[in-house]
Amino acid sequence: MIIENISLSRRHFLGGMLSTGAFVVVSRLVPEELHAQAASAAIFNTKADTAMLHPSVYLGIEPNGTVFIVTHRSEMGTGIRTSLPLVAADELDADWSKCRIEQGVGDTRYGDQNTDGSRSIRDFYDAFRVAGASARSMLITAAAAQLNVPASELTTANHEVVHAKSGRKLGYGALVPAAAKLSVPAKDALTFKTKAQWKFVGKERKIYDLNNIATGKAEFGLDVYREGMVFASIEHPPVLGGTVKALDDKDALTVKGVSQTVTLDTIKPPVLFQALGGVAVIGSSTWAVMSGRKKLKIDWNDGPHASYTSEPFKAAMLAKVQQPQKVARNLGNVDAEFAKGGKVIEALYYTPMAAHASMEPPAAVADFRNGKVEVWTPTQNPQAVQDTVAAAVGVDKKNVICHVTLLGGGFGRKSKPDFAAEAAILSKKLGKPVKVIWTREDDIHFDFYHTTAAVYHKAAVDGRGKPTAWLQRSVFPPIGSTFGSPVPLGFELDMGLDDTLYDVPNIRAENAGADVHVRIGWFRAVTNNFHAFAAHSFADEMAHAAGRDTLEYLLDVIGPGKIIDLKAQGVDYSNYGAPLDKYPVDSRRLRRVLEVAGEKSNWGKRKPGNGWGIGIAAHRSFNTYVASVVEVEVDQQGRVRIPRIDQVADPGVVINPDRVRAQFEGAAVMGAGLAMFGEITAANGRIQQNNFDGFRVARMNDAPVQVNVHFVESGNLPTGVGEPGVPPVVAALANAIFAATGKRVREMPFSKTKLV
Amino acid sequence: MVKLTVNGKAHTYDGDPEMPLLWYVRDDLRLTGTRFGCGAGLCGACTVHVNGAAVRSCQTKMSTLEGKTVLTVDGLAANGVMNAVQKAWVTHNVPQCGYCQSGQIMSATALLKSTPNPTDADIDRAMAGNICRCGTYQRIRAAIHTAAKERA
Repeated sequence: MIIENISLSRRHFLGGMLSTGAFVVVSRLVPEELHAQAASAAIFNTKADTAMLHPSVYLGIEPNGTVFIVTHRSEMGTGIRTSLPLVAADELDADWSKCRIEQGVGDTRYGDQNTDGSRSIRDFYDAFRVAGASARSMLITAAAAQLNVPASELTTANHEVVHAKSGRKLGYGALVPAAAKLSVPAKDALTFKTKAQWKFVGKERKIYDLNNIATGKAEFGLDVYREGMVFASIEHPPVLGGTVKALDDKDALTVKGVSQTVTLDTIKPPVLFQALGGVAVIGSSTWAVMSGRKKLKIDWNDGPHASYTSEPFKAAMLAKVQQPQKVARNLGNVDAEFAKGGKVIEALYYTPMAAHASMEPPAAVADFRNGKVEVWTPTQNPQAVQDTVAAAVGVDKKNVICHVTLLGGGFGRKSKPDFAAEAAILSKKLGKPVKVIWTREDDIHFDFYHTTAAVYHKAAVDGRGKPTAWLQRSVFPPIGSTFGSPVPLGFELDMGLDDTLYDVPNIRAENAGADVHVRIGWFRAVTNNFHAFAAHSFADEMAHAAGRDTLEYLLDVIGPGKIIDLKAQGVDYSNYGAPLDKYPVDSRRLRRVLEVAGEKSNWGKRKPGNGWGIGIAAHRSFNTYVASVVEVEVDQQGRVRIPRIDQVADPGVVINPDRVRAQFEGAAVMGAGLAMFGEITAANGRIQQNNFDGFRVARMNDAPVQVNVHFVESGNLPTGVGEPGVPPVVAALANAIFAATGKRVREMPFSKTKLV
Repeated sequence: MVKLTVNGKAHTYDGDPEMPLLWYVRDDLRLTGTRFGCGAGLCGACTVHVNGAAVRSCQTKMSTLEGKTVLTVDGLAANGVMNAVQKAWVTHNVPQCGYCQSGQIMSATALLKSTPNPTDADIDRAMAGNICRCGTYQRIRAAIHTAAKERA
């Protein structure tokens, strides 16, 4: 079931690593039957498991009325640790103050735990409703017997079963012993609340960890300390796949607190999430091992990836993207249309690599003893930790317990647990708990990078400037390479390349991979970022070429909207792992977010020019429809200020509106920062940026000043909110800069283009 | 030997004088609210107060702290009562992942001490050294204004 979205040819590449948990490969792994699983099957018993009433792996209730709700998805800032429990608590009609949230360890009994792809709510909304409704049903049944009334006469409210006729009430806690003797009802026997009955869903709710964050008590990966633990800081090969030619650790060993060094095996392809290799400095404190590491003298064999230098690599990609490549989508006949000799517009776009740079660098504590490994780490993907650690130290996955701390940011980086493998390997070798701490320089130098890309667009336009044929082509080193595929996997194209929603009679999308010399991974919104930047910049270019208002033009090119059958156009569309019948590609919803963006923003209310501009773009990603309107001011020195961004989103049902707003606010900041400053480059296989001075991210003084978030209430099923806010911001910003300055920026980071 | 006060408690330190205060409070005192973000004074996640002024603890050597008073986020709430900045952070639901917020709160607290009623420009200037990768800046700005009113 993990591979339902992967074609056979891709399965071949993915070989034996399917369970490493890439969202590439995982689609919808939601257990259908989560009830009444024996606690003995658990890798680690939660308080929900051991509670007297235990109708679901996600929920348990004690006779004192305390409800334990397990979040099996990772908290990296989306609020998911609060939102999923809210769904269960709402169906249970629980008193929120009596609910305790527990973080689930890595365990397949929870279903998929890879917290990426913006799908935690989409995929687990139902499962948590079932958990809450099951408990509620059992409590009602127990109350009916106790009160000797039909269950149909009973309702629930605020942690009590209520018999309105007699005015009698029974608290949930008191009913637990009797309810625990009942069998868990089947899913189709449950009744669920109607929207009007929701008490938590759709209402504002503070995140569970808020006070702990404000007082410094929140525990992240770096905050784990275990008895007898030693620290490790690792000098990785500066070039991927490099090996140690000669090591001189004499000076390092003179540092007080440093006990030894350990040379680790170098990573072998496919890289998966394996440890990179290098030399670990072991000691009694973080400072000791960091200081000792600075005194290592290592002579490296760099290996073949030392050939990687960004400038010539970019030139080669830009050349390649202008040549025909493999067709990913074909509608009508673009060549025949181009051959007619009408007006043609074309443009070339380029984006560099970027780093995730989550504020908490990678870190892990591992304790290997007696053939079992316990790991504490800020991971987006605890089951991948189990797989990766198991493979690294030669134990069965069941013998790896992965405790998930809070994550100081993730953005995709922390789905790849190479750092946890390092800690486990070292713990096994040293016979002690080991904490591996990456420095910021390690994080920047050894990321699974957001890939660099070249994108080419060409369109034939009619008398009103509307495209009659549209060709788009991208070339990039693929994420697939991490799993051994030399070409992009299907999902990498299904993010803005082969699923454009514009209504054009002739469409062709083409793609090719490029050589891979570093680890490539998924970064918030993934390939959507460069595909959307190019496609929606190009749409704006066509609008301007036609002398038309971009919003009016976009609505015209989208048309009235419809459900788009991509399969009929040769696309085996992965749709972010969601079934197309429930989550279709619907350009009516894209049209609607654009219309609302026009109403809510300053669009059309002020004439661009004289250093002020406004840009618009709309994009579907992660099954969610988003329009972004960006305003810019460009001063005499060409400096860009972003006074306002409006984000209009249709993500279906919203669980915790404030947290969803926060995601779209943050996406605007990250998108703007990425577009303006985000660049990672290589020279001779080595990454040239080291820290936040070289790899710039948005700071308060250069971030968008005001981000307004608006929801379109479509009543549709809940879809992604973490990622889809990023891609349209990038294009809308480029379009705003054009409106302000007349300069078309086709290359990120925008700060490299002189605007005046 | 360095004698210093951390969150109201007297401590003595006789380790490597070059060690940054960050690792002293984290590894030695297990006051883990102060976060490691860059180790280079570039991100502000490790901000603490030394004698009332905001400093980057990753750039503050232990040798410089003789007789100094250190306050970390762990000691900010006096008797368990959050200060005005922390309360405003809760009111505005500022944090997303929360990792940088210790440093943000320490920087904001120091700002309001020196500039009780800051303008947006004052806030941008004072807070530009604190990176939030989740992008909570507009809520941080709003929360600082709220805290300023609360303190007034």
